[in-house]
Amino acid sequence: MSAVPRDDPAATTAIAAHGVTKRYPGRLALRDVSFSARPGEVVAVIGPNGAGKTTLLSILGGLQPATEGTVSRAPSEVGWVPQQPAVYRKLSVRENLRLFARLEKVDDPDAAVARMLDQTGLADRAGEELGRLSGGNQQRVNIAIGLLGAPPVLLLDEPSSSLDPRQRERLWTFITALARHPTHPTAVVFSTHNVQEAERFADTVLVLADGELLFTGSPAELEQAVEGEGPRGEGVPDHDFEAAFVAFLRERGH
Amino acid sequence: MRHLLVKDLQILRRSPFLLVLLIVYPVVISTLIGLAVSRSPEKPRVAFVNLVDDDDATFQLGGETLDASSYADQLFEAIEPVRVDSRDEAVEKVRSGEVLGALIVPADATQKLRDALSLSGSPELPTLEVIYNEEDPIKAQAVESQIKARLADANKELSDELTKVSAGYLDILLQGGSFRILGQGFDVLGLKATKDVLESVRDALSADDPNRAPLTEVITFAGLAIDNLDFSDEILGAIGEPLKIERTTLDGASTPLDRFAIAVAVTVSLMFVTVLLAAGMLALEREENAFGRLVRGLVSQTGLVVEKVVLAAVCAAAVALLMLTGLSLFVALDGARAPLWVVATLAGGLGFGAMGVALGALAKEVRAASLLSFLLSLPIAFLALVPSGAVSAGLYDVVRVASAVFPFRPTLDAVDAAVNDAGGLGTALAHLAALVVAYVAIARLALRRFAG
Repeated sequence: MSAVPRDDPAATTAIAAHGVTKRYPGRLALRDVSFSARPGEVVAVIGPNGAGKTTLLSILGGLQPATEGTVSRAPSEVGWVPQQPAVYRKLSVRENLRLFARLEKVDDPDAAVARMLDQTGLADRAGEELGRLSGGNQQRVNIAIGLLGAPPVLLLDEPSSSLDPRQRERLWTFITALARHPTHPTAVVFSTHNVQEAERFADTVLVLADGELLFTGSPAELEQAVEGEGPRGEGVPDHDFEAAFVAFLRERGH
Repeated sequence: MRHLLVKDLQILRRSPFLLVLLIVYPVVISTLIGLAVSRSPEKPRVAFVNLVDDDDATFQLGGETLDASSYADQLFEAIEPVRVDSRDEAVEKVRSGEVLGALIVPADATQKLRDALSLSGSPELPTLEVIYNEEDPIKAQAVESQIKARLADANKELSDELTKVSAGYLDILLQGGSFRILGQGFDVLGLKATKDVLESVRDALSADDPNRAPLTEVITFAGLAIDNLDFSDEILGAIGEPLKIERTTLDGASTPLDRFAIAVAVTVSLMFVTVLLAAGMLALEREENAFGRLVRGLVSQTGLVVEKVVLAAVCAAAVALLMLTGLSLFVALDGARAPLWVVATLAGGLGFGAMGVALGALAKEVRAASLLSFLLSLPIAFLALVPSGAVSAGLYDVVRVASAVFPFRPTLDAVDAAVNDAGGLGTALAHLAALVVAYVAIARLALRRFAG
């Protein structure tokens, strides 16, 4: 895929986090995390379990407040797509989209619904109850709901975790098409455990571990960072992003 | 909130089991209650042996002919008689369980009654024999109570007749007249006429006549007797019914038991439908993962809670009103009070709905919320129905406090007031309003851990 040039001065910032920290009683979930994403940029947040990926996305999406730090966008300006489809299985695809379009106070709910049905390719199944659709199609509707208000930023929490490979492929085609839309590019920030997915589809990866942001850069830059620090160790092949990621974490004590 | 209400109604409409339950439940419950309160209790089967000859069933009392069989008819209003011909046959039926008891009227019953009333024969009163089967103590108790109550009625009627006859005799003694006893007629002068005669005789005597003083004493005695016998009716009436009962009701108007049963049934239905619906629909938002999406700016958490309360209250009030309409087919309910039914059921629905969302927010899952709602609702209803005097004073105070913090008691009071004009509607509505605020606040607090 073609990456968005990170140093393009013409590109404006779609969303930025500055010094975001989150403390729970007895635990520091995020420590001074800062990053930014431009329109059309796809940012992957990767890291081991408990790294703070979901916490970061939920703060960006306004689901919970940061203890310290700021986010440049108000929650209403950000599309939020939770890990599990947040939809009503007893309602049809169209009814789900229309409900959230009305709740989002979209100017023309019916037009927004029609646009989303077209984008998701579910127009012919618009009248079906969502509970009868496959997991992949439910996830498409889940994402479409996040896009109803045409937000400049879309946040996805492990969007492909419950999908089979074929559904995953279709989902990423859909997401990258959104991001690369010629007239209305959307910044996409997603968390994932699947580092190959991050390598394939992300322009930028954020590596989080124990609430600390260890790396911000392209997947290639992450691999280079590992190579630049010396031999990867035995059994770690060249050009293996997952191996590079694991080595990166190991070298930093994670 | 309107869009969420429409969404929830669409979900309800597409849950056929829940929908059937919501419609069938009030129809079935109201039919069952209607049948129960509109039919008299089942009469116990009692063997009845009347050994008195048909020709010997009447007796004279004060010149009036009474038929002993009319008293049996009264008894048969309370029992289902199984007529048998002998005492042995009656005992066998009781033993076999075919009947719950037997009532035996001996052959000499009317004769003994006749003798006792005529003051001519033996003073021994007739004795009826009652035989019970104690195999089922509850039913035996019911039969015994029914027979005793009806015999007491019969005794009371006989006593009233005797009082009337006695008063008649005393009237003849006072005013004079004629009466028949043992087939012979008698003319009685009467005390008043006697006094008049004696006064005439005394007036005819000279002032120094030695008979004048004793005659005056007799006239004075006659005057005293006349004055005192004038009160005889009241005194005899008091003997016939020495204790009278005056009923005074404290704490609210009196509601007949069948009408109160309707208020209880409606409140119980309202409680289950509302609490389960409110708790389930709120927990469903979390199970569908929609809660986080909704409350990040689309709907406030308080707005979401209020929407569930209103949804459950409106649905449950509709169910309750359907029930009341069904019950009005069996029991005469005042249709002019229907607007108050709406007010009471809606207010009760809001109270139960608020409790439901608190439970839903605490339980977080639909199944857990439903189970918690069910487990909590039953004891709440039970507590609210514990009557004073059934437990110790201290425990009753605890029960009252416990009932006051749940919406069942005020809802029951409101429904009773609306349906049966029992009074206290305003107080009940104020109580419910306070509970709605408190439970919505609890739900709102519980939602803090809802998204996790």
